[in-house]
Amino acid sequence: MQTTYLDFEKPLMELDKRLDVLRRLGTRSPTEEAELCRLQEQCRQLEAAIYGTLSPWQRVQLSRHADRPYTLDYIAALCSEFVELHGDRCFADDPAIVGGLARFRGRPLVVVGHQRGRTVAEKVRRNFGMPRPEGYRKALRLFHLAERFRRPVVTFIDTQGAYPGIDAEERGQAEAIARNLREMAGLRTPIIVVVVGEGGSGGALALGIGDRVLMQENACYSVITPEGCAAILYGERTPERAAWAAEALRVTAADLLALGVIDSVIPEPLGGAHRYPEAAIALVGDAIAQHLEELAALPLDELLARRLAKFRRMGEQAIAEEDEEMEMR
Amino acid sequence: MAVRAIRHVQEEGESIWLKCGTCQEILFRKEVERRLFVCPKCGAHLRLTVEQRLFMVVDRGSFVEHDSTLSSRDALGFTDRKPYAMRLAEARCKTGHREGVICGTATVQGRRVALGVFDFAFLGGSMGAVVGEKLTRIIEHALAERLPVIFFAASGGARMQEGVLSLMQMAKVSMALGRLRAAGLPYLSVLTDPTTGGVAASLGMLGDINLAEPQALIGFAGPRVIEQTIREKLPPGFQRAEFLLEHGMIDLVVERKDLRRVLSQLLGLLCD
Repeated sequence: MQTTYLDFEKPLMELDKRLDVLRRLGTRSPTEEAELCRLQEQCRQLEAAIYGTLSPWQRVQLSRHADRPYTLDYIAALCSEFVELHGDRCFADDPAIVGGLARFRGRPLVVVGHQRGRTVAEKVRRNFGMPRPEGYRKALRLFHLAERFRRPVVTFIDTQGAYPGIDAEERGQAEAIARNLREMAGLRTPIIVVVVGEGGSGGALALGIGDRVLMQENACYSVITPEGCAAILYGERTPERAAWAAEALRVTAADLLALGVIDSVIPEPLGGAHRYPEAAIALVGDAIAQHLEELAALPLDELLARRLAKFRRMGEQAIAEEDEEMEMR
Repeated sequence: MAVRAIRHVQEEGESIWLKCGTCQEILFRKEVERRLFVCPKCGAHLRLTVEQRLFMVVDRGSFVEHDSTLSSRDALGFTDRKPYAMRLAEARCKTGHREGVICGTATVQGRRVALGVFDFAFLGGSMGAVVGEKLTRIIEHALAERLPVIFFAASGGARMQEGVLSLMQMAKVSMALGRLRAAGLPYLSVLTDPTTGGVAASLGMLGDINLAEPQALIGFAGPRVIEQTIREKLPPGFQRAEFLLEHGMIDLVVERKDLRRVLSQLLGLLCD
């Protein structure tokens, strides 16, 4: 059951509470059964009203929702086996990124993703899902492992961004991210990227180069957080400004599909992944299976050529060619 | 387009005095120019225009600009206090350039190279789709002609006004650099003040050899963002070129007066 309600979800709170009481009953009287049906119908209508017309800012808030499934939830539900592997072999193990060997619908693969925490202690331990360089280096080590043993890679993206801290800078945050971009681009094995929560800038992109980049309906992906954008352009972090920035930056799955940055949108059940995690996870699993199958059929050289061509085109709608020469001063 | 005369011309209304941003000393412009825009008092390496940079590094008259007609289109319809299109127009007026990076080929002490020089004065050297495209195209040209590549970075990072399209330029350029690497061609990355964000975290740190000018600010997150996150003052010298050298992130800190010679020497040792 949902534990946290955003402002625009508040109307559902009381309803959810009553529904929960009724659902928990071992046996229900005919009156109780009728009430359950009535409330369920009311709930569907309210969900349609709330989640049917989400603004970009509301989607950003949903992408960060505390009840949304995280990487380890996806792995636990979708993989019959998972052995988590640790450490970058240089400095440390970064709990903000998890990864390892897994078996998905019979197929062995390497899975890597950002990991936020649920409890306060876990949030702190995982640094709120903000990786340090060792996290990206661990990811790269696992990507190379996948390449050597011809295992496809699946990554889950869910981070506010790479950690902006002194230690992270000292150990080369910029270098770690840059290297991942270059290496993922040429990795000789299929890569599927799934944006399941917040896709925060370079810290997300460092796990985000793939043959297929998929995105859940209520996930978002941006060059900067809407709050950060508002702070830079207007010097204020108010919700109103952030809402403006969320719209201006085009951060929703539908926006990114239209811009050619992602390949496909994975639908979420009405009400969102945070209210119906099992159903949402199943939809993600089906999408991964479908794309894995398509990619497995491609010869490796063809796969890499297509990956290259796809990223080569990115941003072409923002490029114009002018006729007249411009003289340098 | 060949640049016939890359020379700093004293413009009307331009003061004969100049202030060093580091030590705040008021300096005589001609004297500073003679010293390649290095402060005679504190040694700070002042920010350069693209023309000044080329003038100092490439052989006279050898620079041939590539893809000079590419310009940005406001794909998102982005308007904050000003429309993005207006910001672009202002940046063009201010710098005399169509975009935030100038690319081309030239010789450095007789060696042919492909070059990209960021213009920090053009919207903070930010990388949008055109900057990414020009860099990618010059790498592709280097691949075709088998030339080494040198980029002079000076940038705050990705260009916010192009949203996620600018983020994807990090991927596009890094991918092209990966191809250059696979082809066995060298890439020298010269990090100048300042190089942060998405530019540092892509082409900036990917050099076969990473060089930096003294005291240049280089990092992923900007110092202000870090201070706000950790709620502490940053130690002196943090994220400066010397700090990166100490932490193993760059190969060399090179003074401006030595840069041409060092670049040429490195290319010779890698390519001869």
